[in-house]
Amino acid sequence: MARLSPENEVLARQIIGRYPRSRSALIPLLHVAQEQDGWVTDEAMGHIGELLGLSSAEVLGTCSFYEMFKREPVGTYLVNVCTNISCQLLGGEELLEHVEERLGVKAGATTADGMFTVEDVECIAACTEAPCLQVNYRYFHRITHAAFDTLVDDLRAGRRSDEIPTHGTTTRVRQHVPADRWAGVGADGLAPEVR
Amino acid sequence: MAVTDAPKIITTRFDQADGHTLAGYERTGGYAALRAALGRTPAEVLDEVKAANIQGRGGAGFPAGTKWGFLPADVHPRYLVVNGDESEPGTYKDRLLMERDPHQLIEGVLLASYAVDAKQAFIYVRGEMAVAQERLATALNEAYAAGLVGRDIAGSGWSMDVILHWGAGAYIVGEETALIESLEGRRGMPRLKPPFFPAVKGLYMQPTIVNNVETLANIPWIVTNGGAAFAALGTEESAGMRLFALSGHVRNPGVYEVEMGKTTFRDLIEAPVYGGGIRNGGTLKAFIPGGASAPWFFEEHLDLPLSKATVDKAGSMLGSGAVVVMDDTTDAVKACARVVRFFAHESCGKCTPCREGTTWLHQILQRILAGDGRPSDLELLMDVSDNISPGITWPPKQTTICPLGPSAVSPIASALRRFRPEFEAYIAGGRHAAAVPVEVGARG
Repeated sequence: MARLSPENEVLARQIIGRYPRSRSALIPLLHVAQEQDGWVTDEAMGHIGELLGLSSAEVLGTCSFYEMFKREPVGTYLVNVCTNISCQLLGGEELLEHVEERLGVKAGATTADGMFTVEDVECIAACTEAPCLQVNYRYFHRITHAAFDTLVDDLRAGRRSDEIPTHGTTTRVRQHVPADRWAGVGADGLAPEVR
Repeated sequence: MAVTDAPKIITTRFDQADGHTLAGYERTGGYAALRAALGRTPAEVLDEVKAANIQGRGGAGFPAGTKWGFLPADVHPRYLVVNGDESEPGTYKDRLLMERDPHQLIEGVLLASYAVDAKQAFIYVRGEMAVAQERLATALNEAYAAGLVGRDIAGSGWSMDVILHWGAGAYIVGEETALIESLEGRRGMPRLKPPFFPAVKGLYMQPTIVNNVETLANIPWIVTNGGAAFAALGTEESAGMRLFALSGHVRNPGVYEVEMGKTTFRDLIEAPVYGGGIRNGGTLKAFIPGGASAPWFFEEHLDLPLSKATVDKAGSMLGSGAVVVMDDTTDAVKACARVVRFFAHESCGKCTPCREGTTWLHQILQRILAGDGRPSDLELLMDVSDNISPGITWPPKQTTICPLGPSAVSPIASALRRFRPEFEAYIAGGRHAAAVPVEVGARG
């Protein structure tokens, strides 16, 4: 754990090659690091800085701005409960209380077994489906307290692992651009082989 | 005013099981607009979009065709950036468009790029939308493999790339210059306009068009059916169909594609095919007409049409098409405080009035809710608001680079002016009802 693995370094170079300026790949590469380790380590940030020609301060400066990047370990499952206005009107705060009670931790904390971290989050764009929450950025619409309890049991028993990857993985499908299909007209000064 | 039977434009595949696949998209007419456009000149495509008079669906409502026309001639490279960072509280429609009909968006991106001669486009998807990212990645992979994106598109000799990019959690990135900063790998802080109008100095300081997902999703239909057909829907001022996310205390919350200008808020909230009225037979207390940044509306605004000009004139905005309905059981102080918490949390920190002001507004509201409110707090809320947005007018004046700070003033001005007794009751019933008022800046 730490620096990007050789496979992820290859992936990183492919991603970098799609942008006219390499720094644009910084956020996607931080996601690669978080997918690898479950959180963003200092070593991974250092490695990304090397790949992009950025200082550690520049990498950290960007990383620390964004809510999704965790710079310390979090649970296998991140439970994000929306309490913003549309959810608040339909029981979002009560849902958060239930989640906290069921898991035995307050928002911002991780369960002792490292399985769950709870967050009290801002609007996640499911407003007509309130109250809602996400587990590792997978949506659960109009969720009842009982349905959440079942979800927790399922996750603990490993029954939803196909549907919900562990924390760090957002998209499970990556864009692939075959070399013979890449137009490359907008790019400046990057060798086609790194695409 | 009425519920109209105008045709759906961008939600036609929402119930089609394979609508998100290339096969499902092409079977229902997908990429026909692109193939037809490649036989026409870019200027002809641009003219159709100008004729459609489609207002941007992200929030500001600026006509897309006019925006495209702002690019300076002969300055290259130039870029198209798709704003898929949907995160205005109450807003839920771009995620649906990306998840359920990703090829429609990609075709819109291709048509827009062809019209403005952009050779590279970036689709910036909100980081938290994992399924939207997967659907778009899959769709782009299909489209590249089918020769619809990349080199020599559909055998036309025209080439361009579309790159899927995704964020990592920051509401402010929905502001177009902050989105560009983020796409350049930086903290998502807005740029000053002027000089950094994206059309002139955007991504990598090159001319850049930033369009909302829903705006671009309409382009294939416009190119196929003609700008005039689109402009014939709705009214002269607010053309076409638009998605509205209706949430809160209605019987049938949902995302509805409705005809602009002719449909009213009352139609949207009460018609059986839309909201079906207030839940449990209750009565309306207030509604937010266009996302958390918008000043609230009340019963007297129900018969206003869903028209940009009309809503602007009435003192709010259609914004991002997010209508949040509150019934008479709603605690106005709690609702107001929750929206203000959002803006305090999401302030990027670049401008002092927003960074400090939204934080103070949040803290004052929290102490009111906690029973520690002071009688002077209501004037203090307005005073801090006035420092963020002088005069507390509509449209708001701002002391900040972007509108986030003034947005936090909207719920306060709305709730405090209309429901002042509720705030006073919290303060009168609180533990420190008789406390000595403190000066601004003193920590309680």
